[in-house]
Amino acid sequence: MFRKNSFSGGTHPHDEKQWSSAKAIEIMPLPETVIIPIQQHIGAPSDLIVEKGQTVKKGQALSSSSKFVSVPVHASISGTIKAIEQRPHPLGANLLSVVIESDGEDSWISDFKEEPDYFELDVQQMKQRIADAGVAGMGGAAFPSHVKLSPPEDKNIDTLILNGVECEPFLTADHRIMLERPDEIIKGMRLIMKILKIDTGYIGIEANKPDAIALLKEKVNKETGIEVVVLEVKYPQGAEKQLIKASTNRDVPAGKLPMEIGCVVQNVGTAVAIYEAVAMQKPLIERVVTVTGTSIHEPKNLLARIGTPFSELIACCGGMKDNTAKIVNGGPMMGMAQLTDAVPVIKGTSGILVLDEKTANMQEENPCIACARCVDVCPMKLLPNHIASYVEYNKFDKANELGIFDCMECGTCSFICPAKRHLVHYIKLGKALINEQKKAV
Amino acid sequence: MERRFVISPSPHVKDGDSIQKIMYAVVIALIPAGIGGIYFFGLHALWVIAVAIAASLGAEALFSKMMKRPIQLQDGSAIITGLLLAYNVPAEVPLWLPAIGAVAGIGIGKMAFGGLGYNPMNPALIGRAFLMASWAVHMTVFRTAPKGGTLSGIDAITNATPLNVFKGAREILTNSVNYSAEQVTEATQAITQLYNSSGNLFWGRVGGCLGETSAILLLLGAVFLMYKRIIGWKIPFAYIGTVAILTWAFGGTNGLFSGNPIFHILSGGLILGAFFMATDMTTTPVTFKGRLYFGIGCGIFTFVIRLWGGYPEGVSYSILLMNLATPLLDRYTKPKVFGG
Ligand code: SF4
Ligand code: SF4
Repeated sequence: MFRKNSFSGGTHPHDEKQWSSAKAIEIMPLPETVIIPIQQHIGAPSDLIVEKGQTVKKGQALSSSSKFVSVPVHASISGTIKAIEQRPHPLGANLLSVVIESDGEDSWISDFKEEPDYFELDVQQMKQRIADAGVAGMGGAAFPSHVKLSPPEDKNIDTLILNGVECEPFLTADHRIMLERPDEIIKGMRLIMKILKIDTGYIGIEANKPDAIALLKEKVNKETGIEVVVLEVKYPQGAEKQLIKASTNRDVPAGKLPMEIGCVVQNVGTAVAIYEAVAMQKPLIERVVTVTGTSIHEPKNLLARIGTPFSELIACCGGMKDNTAKIVNGGPMMGMAQLTDAVPVIKGTSGILVLDEKTANMQEENPCIACARCVDVCPMKLLPNHIASYVEYNKFDKANELGIFDCMECGTCSFICPAKRHLVHYIKLGKALINEQKKAV
Repeated sequence: MERRFVISPSPHVKDGDSIQKIMYAVVIALIPAGIGGIYFFGLHALWVIAVAIAASLGAEALFSKMMKRPIQLQDGSAIITGLLLAYNVPAEVPLWLPAIGAVAGIGIGKMAFGGLGYNPMNPALIGRAFLMASWAVHMTVFRTAPKGGTLSGIDAITNATPLNVFKGAREILTNSVNYSAEQVTEATQAITQLYNSSGNLFWGRVGGCLGETSAILLLLGAVFLMYKRIIGWKIPFAYIGTVAILTWAFGGTNGLFSGNPIFHILSGGLILGAFFMATDMTTTPVTFKGRLYFGIGCGIFTFVIRLWGGYPEGVSYSILLMNLATPLLDRYTKPKVFGG
């Protein structure tokens, strides 16, 4: 079968993965304190079920969720709850967080072992375990996983795509997970396929990770219905719609979700978390974080507890250089700049990027010279220059007409713009303002 | 105190290209043709170029100051305007002419709209149109023959540029009843010779505006800009292709498909216009189809003006007209959203 393993548009930032791609995942020392925001996912917040002063074990739930599009959070160390208060959150603003002081024991609430017959559980039970374990997408967006695994009855899902693309420059966490935990990835994938009742699964990996491609190809050799798809190295190859296009040549209709055309996409790290949730009922309390950037002394891939402050991960990597100007939660294209390094690792923290003054140097914005580069690279085939200008001049209906809501905020347009226009920023702003207007009427 | 870090919107890495780099690349790409102009038409051409650039920069600084806007000479765009204006006037013009043209181009064509990025039409072409309207004789009478060649590129005629000769001869041949047999024979010979003079046109050994005559030197710059992805293929190829097809089909003197497209591509300002002026980013569409239509539109207008218009050449006006159509082209060629 002919398959074009790419999408149209996109760009080629320097991948900068060489700093950390060969570094095996290192387990971080036990943090003394963790800060666990009760909301780390997209959706409704969960309800707190613990009190200040209470002692908790590692893996104990701190909140429960009655809403469907929501997941609980868990204690990632054992110890005492020192405070429940507003703390800075990596996605901006302050959010209610549970602050736990370690007792140094690091004792689990129960022993998490693989249950021998976990694969025979019924699908509802599996989904419940995934929800209870607090699994949310670990590629960055942190959408509750059990929701993605519960498509409406009328949608005919036939394909799972596991996202091992990791197209963000600098990040190598998923790459390391694929190299070091391939069996769990495939077990998780089998579970997802069972839950969705499908027999076709792809693992999409960018061609710049030949070792991961070779390893997973070898592993899936014995499996039926699972195939590794090698994808062109291009940003944003890992965006859901672009990944689906590249792997299956299907187009997700504008304004719709992948399930519309029978696809579900999950990140490779999420597959591991799903396996652990179903097979061991182990909650999501840690994740692999790539700590890297131009101003970090020793880039690493760390297995860090959820709630560990960024500062400790940075210290674990030899600290930051004096020329540090910017700290980012996530990758350089879509990640969010942080005011302080006191923010904690959350479920969606795929990387911590420490950048120097020169890289972070905000070049001044110039007027658009209509060079059309943003138009040429936009993977959604929008006119970012015109949309941004309409937002700038408060012409929101025009921006809407040009498809502002089809923008996935990948940042490719801003990256390429020679006038250094903050195109995505205007687009995000425009979306927020339009939504506000809608609410007002 | 707790350390604070820089907050700025994503993405946190950027492509290395900037407006300045783009503009200076265009300047570099235009240099060979300028050197060619000086070589073919003499040292006065250098002064024309220098005055045009100086006047552009001066005008931009002055108008920016008057309008209380930051002076942005370093972006290089005013240098391009100066260069293009100089390349679009005869090499022997008095020096005040390019100076006035540059001031008019920058003032009316660029700063009046708010400066770089906001101008709807190419400032150099506005400057040129201003000069055409005010001093038509200076702008349309060419006297300097190129070094080692003749004004027309052929030996028989020495007082007109190739397109002038072509227009005159074609007029005679298409209305031969009004002319003597001798005139008709002469015209036939002139056209044949013109069609055989493509070597001169290619190298630039013909009369014309300062920087427009040498196809090879202009193409050298164009290839560089294409390699650097600063100009695309769509506008220049659509433009030149349209002119080629139309002049081949309808531009001959012996009925359909008797025209000579090579002559039309190489003569006049088509190469300069198609690669360096019709590709001006700000004044041309951003969509794929829009750029194609823009080129085709320029080609149609150029063809019509060359064959039936009041002037022998129509590149500048064609581009200006299509500049005006750019917002419409963008609006009606909006690409289909992915999955839409
Ligand atoms: S407009 Fe949106 S989808 Fe298109 S490149 Fe910019 S951020 Fe990406
Ligand atoms: S890339 Fe920047 S300068 Fe070029 S058209 Fe887009 S917004 Fe304008």
